[in-house]
Amino acid sequence: MTLLSNVLFAIALIIGVGFFIKNIKKLRRNIKLGNDIDVSDNKKQRFKNMALIALGQSKMVRRPVSGILHIIVYVGFVIINIEVLEIIIDGIFGSHRIFKFLGTFYGVLIGAFEVLAALVFIAVVVFWLRRNIIKVKRFWKSEMTSWPKNDGNYILYFEMVLMSLFLIMNATDISFQDMQSGNIISQYLTPLFSGLSLTTLHIIERSAWWLHILGILVFLNYLYYSKHLHILLAFPNTYYGSLKPKGQINNLKSVTNEVMLMMDPNADPFAAPAEESDNDVPAKFGASDVQDLTWLQLLNAYTCTECGRCTSECPANQTGKKLSPRKIMMDTRDRLEEVGKNIDANKGVFKDDGKQLLGDYITSEELWACTSCNACVEACPVSIDPLSIIMEMRRYMVMEESSAPAELNNMMTNIENNGAPWPYNQMDRLNWKDQ
Amino acid sequence: MSETLKVPTMAEYIAQGKSPEVLFWVGCAGSFDDRAKKITKAFVKLLNKANIDFAVLGAEESCTGDPAKRAGNEFLFQMQAVTNIEVLNAYDIKKIVTACPHCFNTLKNEYPSLGGSYEVVHHTQFLKNLLDEGRLSIQGGQFKGKRITFHDPCYLGRANNVYEAPRQLIKKLDAELVEMKNCRKKGLCCGAGGAQMFKEPEKGTKDVNVERTEQAIDVKPDIIAAGCPFCNTMMTDGVKAKEKENTVEVLDIAELIAKAEDL
Repeated sequence: MTLLSNVLFAIALIIGVGFFIKNIKKLRRNIKLGNDIDVSDNKKQRFKNMALIALGQSKMVRRPVSGILHIIVYVGFVIINIEVLEIIIDGIFGSHRIFKFLGTFYGVLIGAFEVLAALVFIAVVVFWLRRNIIKVKRFWKSEMTSWPKNDGNYILYFEMVLMSLFLIMNATDISFQDMQSGNIISQYLTPLFSGLSLTTLHIIERSAWWLHILGILVFLNYLYYSKHLHILLAFPNTYYGSLKPKGQINNLKSVTNEVMLMMDPNADPFAAPAEESDNDVPAKFGASDVQDLTWLQLLNAYTCTECGRCTSECPANQTGKKLSPRKIMMDTRDRLEEVGKNIDANKGVFKDDGKQLLGDYITSEELWACTSCNACVEACPVSIDPLSIIMEMRRYMVMEESSAPAELNNMMTNIENNGAPWPYNQMDRLNWKDQ
Repeated sequence: MSETLKVPTMAEYIAQGKSPEVLFWVGCAGSFDDRAKKITKAFVKLLNKANIDFAVLGAEESCTGDPAKRAGNEFLFQMQAVTNIEVLNAYDIKKIVTACPHCFNTLKNEYPSLGGSYEVVHHTQFLKNLLDEGRLSIQGGQFKGKRITFHDPCYLGRANNVYEAPRQLIKKLDAELVEMKNCRKKGLCCGAGGAQMFKEPEKGTKDVNVERTEQAIDVKPDIIAAGCPFCNTMMTDGVKAKEKENTVEVLDIAELIAKAEDL
């Protein structure tokens, strides 16, 4: 009997972890569909950013209520998972609470887990209330319907159930309760089970134990399909996040080459292109689909947990425009997933599906509403940069499609003709002095 | 009125075999926009008063390319940038001051990788330094005790982390600096950035500049201080839209100081 359960446990563990690894590989593959970007500089600063922003949650607490509740869940989640180590050892070797030999320290440990579990439970209930009863505005924007809305709630239910199972498991474990050490919270749950036979108690305890660990494995595999992926990706994402001033938009290399050639008086305009350029795909300016973005922008998309702080700070969104920086990230991820599935279905090669990020997911109306104010970038607690994607797509619309709004074309024509966005003669630039 | 303004050009400096301490990059708005020209002049008055050895490019200046870049026209931006860099490098420019945060950001952050590296400061930073070095003094004058709120330009604040210089200058006016609901890192955009200045806004429920002006009016200021010619236009329009132009004035920091000095 024990042997059977040990074997079953090992199989569950292998399937759970194996499937997770398979999905992580897919995740990596999808992210690498993006263009390369050099982020090898300044490792020290990058580690510091990761330590402060991801590990230290420094940007979360800018909104104190959700920030502090989030820290509780985060700390609880990380620390309680130490218990999973014991569960795994017990599960494989058929032992019961293998760490019990630690004595008083074991009690302190489990006691801390119990307190955290209770706090996490409360915090998660408050999160649920904020989403569903108080209806905090950012959770009810137009992009937060169907799956994104349900996803948010499923995660909360998962966490409520996992925490409850952990406490029930402790409450119905008679030998643990008899230790009178570490049962800080569960002792108050024990009376709920009074009057039940020892066998029933044991069955409840075993069921809670199994459901707890199976639940964790299911949750682990849920991550890939969910916005909850941020619990892992927040770390690389904050590490690779931009170290430049937020106002700095990258200068396109491909354009620089063209410009330098134009400005070079010695360049031969009739020169034949260099030999090797025959196979070169002509450089595409800007982005119309996910493959035109960098892998960092794609990592950004998978990291987004749809908290909506960006959108709630966006001046365009606040004044009723269609633009929502969160939707930019969600669309990028959805399209990337679609491209990934396409590749899976076509033996590893992407087959044109007649769709792209621009137009089919993100409309030009959204993109043209951006003021490039960086409020979204500043607001993101995990260093996501929606603005860079917006800019990359504007580049495509202007340089590949020439589809800018007419007024912007006028502005650009003016700059070309007379070096100012308005039609004034460059020779008159100093006239103000005598006016 | 213009008789007192001394505005030498780089060409004049070079003809005399001299080089100025700093180049004043006027920018398109500062050169051509009627409202912004007043800011340009106010700043020049302060430079004159502090006896700063400065020059402008005059007709040799051209758009930095910022609105083209933000509109997505990287090609036009780089053409502008490379042309400007050629001029700046030919004059061996080391330090640039500008009253436009968009020029400031572009010159400071986006020109270096195209071959143009200069020390670039915003005029509020420059004035703050003059003050610290004792080269300029600021009296409260007519602004003593007035309620002034500062609207953070996105390209000065969030984009480049300059929040304090303009505020310190306002405090020197013995004015009461009042902060809006959204300020500093959380400052709300005026609605002009990202080339929005040059187009109609997308369909929505409100204009961004009206939303921001409402935030400003909420703190009952006598003056909304700005540090950007485009913010200035947007906030001025917002004040008009709210029919507050008789009670609330929109002024650039340079104008505040120049007026306080009765320049």
